[in-house]
Amino acid sequence: MNAFEYTFLIPFIPLLGFLLIIFNFKRFPKKLTAALATSLIGISFVLSVYTAWQYFIIMGPLHGVYPKIIGNHFEWLKLGEHLSVHMGTLIDQASVMMLIVVSTVSLMVHIYSIGYMHDDRGFNRFFAFLQLFSFSMLSLVIATNVFQIYIFWELVGVSSFLLIGFYYEKPSAVAASKKAFIVTRFADLFFLLGILLISFHTDTFDFISLTNPENFERFNLHGTTFLGLSIPALALILIFVGGAGKSAMFPLHIWLPDAMEGPSPVSALIHAATMVVAGVYLVARMFANYAIMAPEALALVGYVGAFTSLFAAVIATTQIDFKRVLAFSTISQIGYMMAALGVSGYGEEAGLGYMASMFHLFTHAMFKALLFLGAGAVIHAVHTNSIREMGGLRKYMKTTHITFLIATLAIAGFPGLSGFFSKDEIITAAHQSYPLVFYTLLVVAGLTAFYMFRLYFLVFWNTETHYHHKPHDPGKAMLIPLIILAVLSIVSGYIPFGEFVSSDGKPLHTHLHFDIAIISTLVSFVGIAIAWFLYKKSSDLTSHLIARWGTFYRWAYNKFYIDEVYLFITHNIIFAYISRPIAWFDRHVVDGTMNVIGWITVTTSEKIKGMQSGQLQQYAFAFVSAILVISAFLIYYLINN
Amino acid sequence: MWQDISLQDVLIVSTLMFFSGVYGFLTRRNLITMLMSVELMLNAVNINFVAFNYFLHPENMQGMFFALFVVVIAAAEASVAIAIIIGIYRRFKSINIEDVSKMKF
Amino acid sequence: MSFLMLFVLVPLLTVIAILFSKNIRQTRWIAALGMSLQLILSAVLVVMYLQIRAAGIADDFVMVKNLSWFPSLNFNLTLGVDGISVSLIALTSIVIFAGVFASWQMESLHREFFISLIVLASGVFGFFITIDLFAMFVFYELAVIPMYLLIGIWGTGPKEYSAMKLTLMLMAGSALIIVGLLGIYFHSAPEGGQLTMNLLEISRYKIPENVQNFLFPFLFVGFGILGALFPLHTWSPDGHASAPTAVSMLHAGVLMKLGSYGVFRIALFLLPQAAHNQGALFLILATIGIVYGALGAIMQKDLKYINAYSSVSHCALILFGLLMFNRSAIDGAILQMISHGIMTALFFALIGMIYGRTHTRMIHEMGGLLKVMPLLGAAYIIGGLASLGLPGFSGFVAEMLVFFGAFSHADTFHRIATVLAASSIVITAVYILRVVGIFLMGPIKDEHHRHLTDATWWEKLSVGTLLLFITLIGMFPSFVTETLIGNSLAPALERLMSNF
Repeated sequence: MNAFEYTFLIPFIPLLGFLLIIFNFKRFPKKLTAALATSLIGISFVLSVYTAWQYFIIMGPLHGVYPKIIGNHFEWLKLGEHLSVHMGTLIDQASVMMLIVVSTVSLMVHIYSIGYMHDDRGFNRFFAFLQLFSFSMLSLVIATNVFQIYIFWELVGVSSFLLIGFYYEKPSAVAASKKAFIVTRFADLFFLLGILLISFHTDTFDFISLTNPENFERFNLHGTTFLGLSIPALALILIFVGGAGKSAMFPLHIWLPDAMEGPSPVSALIHAATMVVAGVYLVARMFANYAIMAPEALALVGYVGAFTSLFAAVIATTQIDFKRVLAFSTISQIGYMMAALGVSGYGEEAGLGYMASMFHLFTHAMFKALLFLGAGAVIHAVHTNSIREMGGLRKYMKTTHITFLIATLAIAGFPGLSGFFSKDEIITAAHQSYPLVFYTLLVVAGLTAFYMFRLYFLVFWNTETHYHHKPHDPGKAMLIPLIILAVLSIVSGYIPFGEFVSSDGKPLHTHLHFDIAIISTLVSFVGIAIAWFLYKKSSDLTSHLIARWGTFYRWAYNKFYIDEVYLFITHNIIFAYISRPIAWFDRHVVDGTMNVIGWITVTTSEKIKGMQSGQLQQYAFAFVSAILVISAFLIYYLINN
Repeated sequence: MWQDISLQDVLIVSTLMFFSGVYGFLTRRNLITMLMSVELMLNAVNINFVAFNYFLHPENMQGMFFALFVVVIAAAEASVAIAIIIGIYRRFKSINIEDVSKMKF
Repeated sequence: MSFLMLFVLVPLLTVIAILFSKNIRQTRWIAALGMSLQLILSAVLVVMYLQIRAAGIADDFVMVKNLSWFPSLNFNLTLGVDGISVSLIALTSIVIFAGVFASWQMESLHREFFISLIVLASGVFGFFITIDLFAMFVFYELAVIPMYLLIGIWGTGPKEYSAMKLTLMLMAGSALIIVGLLGIYFHSAPEGGQLTMNLLEISRYKIPENVQNFLFPFLFVGFGILGALFPLHTWSPDGHASAPTAVSMLHAGVLMKLGSYGVFRIALFLLPQAAHNQGALFLILATIGIVYGALGAIMQKDLKYINAYSSVSHCALILFGLLMFNRSAIDGAILQMISHGIMTALFFALIGMIYGRTHTRMIHEMGGLLKVMPLLGAAYIIGGLASLGLPGFSGFVAEMLVFFGAFSHADTFHRIATVLAASSIVITAVYILRVVGIFLMGPIKDEHHRHLTDATWWEKLSVGTLLLFITLIGMFPSFVTETLIGNSLAPALERLMSNF
């Protein structure tokens, strides 16, 4: 049974790399660091592929079901009489798929970074953090239990913090890293509470026993909580909030656009392909619980996902920062995945949404990483983030242009490319049961095509800007990952995904749904056509449209002022009306009380010391009077008795 | 005739003497006069000792002896006190008690 | 002669040796030598303790030795340790070791400084090795009094005020404690035997419930003052801000733990029924303390104040865990003592080192220091991450144990308290990242800071030791929570549980 004992090496190897580099970060020359880090992540990649091959191809489903296998584990900490935290590796469909995603993108980003970060002073630090992130993310995806996920959840959070704040001398980068960490931390609080609640009632963290529907009868889940929610619904909603924080779901999405302050490879790795889908992965991990124990929680996931998807897509159409457009696109696409999970049922054909969500996660990772790496190459060449200062780049950066076009087509759902297949499954799944989600997703498909081609046309076509240095394609280290990812963006759609990943472990045979496919393809063609019409050449039409839609445009451009709302709440309410008064209260009331006690003591003693006048006769008078008084009492007492 | 004197009469005298002493001690500013007042109080107590001994326990002599003790100690005390007063005079150039108030807070 | 006695004797011998030292070089080397020996001794003690437990001895306390002190009153110097005190002894020796190296460069009166510091440490060690209430009290006082001199003479800012405030408040605590201890003493032999201060002997009998109810507030508040119980924590920000580096380290790192240790060892252990009766009230105070300390830290401008308020919050979490009366929460609380002890010592050490270079502790007057002193800056960030409960460091495990323990009370009151306490992990992140963002990151604000130097070898040693232990405990928490203190929780838990 334990053919997977080696799997612990997959995350462990990057950890080794992190330690090696961080302890020698002044000593290692850049070449050594790059070679070390890339070869270590390369080993992890090979091991991941080997694991997938062994799991899916050699072993295959057992009695028609893919088994969940514990590669290895040990007890890390006892939390109570029944509960203990284990560390280990869980090999099942979802985790193996994620291993492939994470290690592939990570390897590509490592190679790309050798070129991208070449002149940077923090080269070694950058690679150390990349290794740390790879370690945390790989450990997260193969976690055996929800607590282990939480641990590495925090660690990917901190790696993300370190990498967003990589240029720590830039105030905007510092602010962005802080924001990312605090927003996700806030969400993690709910995640933690959800874990506390669910483990209190089920006495287990373990995914295998937690998500096994046969166990659900035995869990003690009776009773309701506030708002009339059932216990599992509350717990799972809390866990979903944690996932929503990491996956930038509305209204916790505000950190992701700012996170683009990090270097582009980081955006590709962490904020496009891997870490931000952790929330989707988390819900998928506990999918059986959502689908069977608390369908209301799952419906919430679906609606939040669909809404976020639309919301972010609208904002993306107005942004002018290259990477921010991609960031909102990421939010929108993750919303897609969440919506797909939300509309899914458990098992067999009903589990189509689940499979579609995982499929889209997989394909999205490839083309979105490619988009970000392409963006990095462009930004590297023209030294600006603003798409207004770009244009006509197709002549200068041929390879980048082609790979970027492939990725854009893929995300827009152009038939034959990977995004087309996965989106089709998602829309089909929504069509079956949730009409509202279905139409939202259809609109988003059109919007996606529109804003991606807007971006594409503005950068690679449109009017040519005057460049100080003639932009050119990047070096080999950066081009190779682009090409590989472009190939993957095309072919990954042809994987018979349902055969490998499904909600209940049984292979799911899927096929293309032509009716839906035709509708969604038409919608995206409309989007592409509008973008072509408006942005292929510079025209006055856009400014007319902006003027016509003024208020709405301004709102969308300012991201519907969600950031401002948060700023208002944190600064004007929490800081100004809670924190500052507490600081004042502590200094003046609590501490003041202590000082008043001291003051009373001092004053009393000031008064008392006046009695020590040095006048002998005063003392004698006091003495005599006291004697008289005491004698009077004594005499009175004696007489009365 | 002196046999007619009762314990009560003696006590009245000694009480008057004692409180004259107290009054003097509390009101006079001159250290020597205060010392004299103290002597007055001591002697009032001496009278009490002798009187109680004589009237209540004539068979014992403790009261008398105690009075003698007090007389002797009063002499010693007076000499020490006068020495102190002389010391004070040398230092403060005064034997007014109100000038001698250095020993305070 | 007991092995445990060495923990008091070695510091005293060090003090005597320092008296004969001629210059600062000799003084600090003697101090360093003595405290290294102490560190080795505590490592030996841990090994010895584990061997004794491995040999199957299940007594509540081991290495018990009775030395007669005041036979007429039956006050003895009874030595004895269990896993909890062993781990706290280890904590103390780690912190004092790092503290000596952190005060490597004393400018004035170095000999007297080290003497006071080590006397203080010996008081702490004494407190942890005895199980006689009277001896504990004596050592407690021995630890508090040098604090006055250390802050009053070598401090900064309004040092006389802070020293006076700190000492007076802690003395007020002592007054409450001695009342409680005497109360226990006079009820220690209900069946007419000899009165005793020995913890073990007292615990054999049950003190009547009304007496417990009367004595519990004295002991809880008395020790709670030292453990920064809201609203009696105000000595802590001023005291820590004025104290010299090593004293802040030792004080926040170890001395505040004396308070929580006293609460656990004396108030909860000997008065379990009263603990149940009055627990809710103190639980409210502890919960307020957690949130309040963290929120108070957000708006501070002085590095030391930030850390002092953070300590208030973290120490309140210890009391919070202790008041949950179950294994995981108390386990977590004790781990939190150790974890916070090392973490806060690290912070104060770093603040002292940064202050020594920039001559300011105001965060807004600094900026971009990470570029100038990468090692110290990185250490501060790691410390900060540990403090906000990042997995892989000790604080995370402690917090998780406390929260899990707390969550096993299913009633609404405990649930709300737990949610509030857990919310502190977000607030902690806010103030830690705020301060890191302001003074370590960003552009360099003061041009003079551009030429500052990074850590020297003794600073590296001091900081490195503390970082090492934070990480080790965070990576292998079971060693502390199970192997070291796991068995020792049973007696207290039995007494606390039997009242349900």
